Amino acid sequence: MNLFAYDFMQRALIAAVLVGLIAPLIGVFLVQRRLSLLGDGMGHVALTGVGLAFLLGTAPVPTAMITAVIGAFLIEFIRYRSRTAGDVALALLFYGGIAGGVLFASLAPGKAASSLNAYLFGSLTTVAGADLVALVALCVAVLIVLAVFGRELFAVSLDPEIAQVQGIKVRAMSTLMAVLAAVVVVVGMRVVGLLLVSAIMIVPVAAAQQITRSFISTATLAVALGVFASVAGLTTSFYVEVPPGPTIVLVALGTFAFLALLAVPIRKRRRVLT
Amino acid sequence: MSVIDVERACVEFDGDHVLENIDLRIEAGEFVALLGPNGSGKSTLVRAILGLQPLEHGRVRLFDEPLGRFSDWSRIALVPQRLPGTNSIPVSVWETVISGRITPRARFRRVGKEAKATAQLALTEVGLWPRRHDRLDTLSGGQQRRVLIARALATSADLLVLDEPTAGIDAENLTHLVNLLGELHKQGVTVLVVTHELTDIEHLVTRAIVLGEDRTGTIRYDGPPPVPASFADAVHHHDDHPHDQNTAPTGLTPR
Repeated sequence: MNLFAYDFMQRALIAAVLVGLIAPLIGVFLVQRRLSLLGDGMGHVALTGVGLAFLLGTAPVPTAMITAVIGAFLIEFIRYRSRTAGDVALALLFYGGIAGGVLFASLAPGKAASSLNAYLFGSLTTVAGADLVALVALCVAVLIVLAVFGRELFAVSLDPEIAQVQGIKVRAMSTLMAVLAAVVVVVGMRVVGLLLVSAIMIVPVAAAQQITRSFISTATLAVALGVFASVAGLTTSFYVEVPPGPTIVLVALGTFAFLALLAVPIRKRRRVLT
Repeated sequence: MSVIDVERACVEFDGDHVLENIDLRIEAGEFVALLGPNGSGKSTLVRAILGLQPLEHGRVRLFDEPLGRFSDWSRIALVPQRLPGTNSIPVSVWETVISGRITPRARFRRVGKEAKATAQLALTEVGLWPRRHDRLDTLSGGQQRRVLIARALATSADLLVLDEPTAGIDAENLTHLVNLLGELHKQGVTVLVVTHELTDIEHLVTRAIVLGEDRTGTIRYDGPPPVPASFADAVHHHDDHPHDQNTAPTGLTPR
């Protein structure tokens, strides 16, 4: 059984590689700013977009995209306005997102509610040809934005106050960060699913930083691990006939466990050397 | 030309006056020490000057431009009091130093040879060039502070603001650091140092400003060092080597 023989598998594989590539690139900034759960929240909000798409009969990818970007602005607004109750306010938004998604999907005609599962945990068969064009375009856009603003995002994630004294617009960069996370969520929605997509942003980064010493090497290794986990997880899901989201995330967690074990003797040796 | 111009600046935290009607003008080429006991508002004043702390009343001008319209931030470098601590993501010493050169103006340009050379020089000056590939958070507190100082030096700014730059730095590196600040001042850099410890830099300081304790947030003394004995409570001296103002400054003691 050759998995490349199927058109849907080819499309799913391309989508998986795209997610594995850009998700850790955004995740490395989120982890540095201690916003690991931001992607999770964005996934919940995007679910409302998917539910709305079912209800209104629009295409899920653009609808989810618009909803997630609105969510990104809202989250940054809440984070900025209410420093103390920030995490509670975010939690409210997250619960609202998932409740809205399920509600809208249930109200939609036909079997929309049951196909919501494919968006929650990913699916091999849902990546349509038109989707693929949109996904490639979104990934290219993310890469261009990172090429232009990546250094400023790095400075903000190191120390927002120093960044401000360097003349960097910290609030604009934080909002940009949230919007980029929203884009990654939508790109990963089809293959990994909205409930697990933030894992592919965070887990490869957590794995890479076990053995790296710099930001750039962490980002590079995280991308390699992200692509590996996506492709290996997708392939496994094809043969075992389970949704791809869980297998991709479990492979990523496997790389984390492996590198965490590997890091113990490396750290010991470094301590002896310095 | 005034580098910093503060007029009637007031800052309140929950109704408490942290700064009250501060008037302060710092000219290009000055070496200013901002002194005062804990809680006297030193750091708050610096943060207000840099636009990190909103003012209740009053206004701030930087390089003769209102703070709100000031945009030439590459002329200012800040060494914060707070150390980076443990980063979530590994960040190397080199990446930290070169991050001082990141500005919106260089958005579409690559990091040039000149920037890298400046950063290398700065890191060499603080004696940590051999540690450039190491994770910042594997360095000691004093070493991390030297890295932050190198980041500020790498910017080639005209105004250097340092908040407690000598904290945690060992005697040998302290001498070197003090000489380095003197060298920069000689080259025309305006220096503003927030400190508890005037002894080490007193010979460089052209003007000492003491923020008060009895009436929090006001200027008690503003003039050349030494600070009069009546304000001595605001200036902490080394216990291990009592400082006599008539002897040679300790910072220049030859090794």
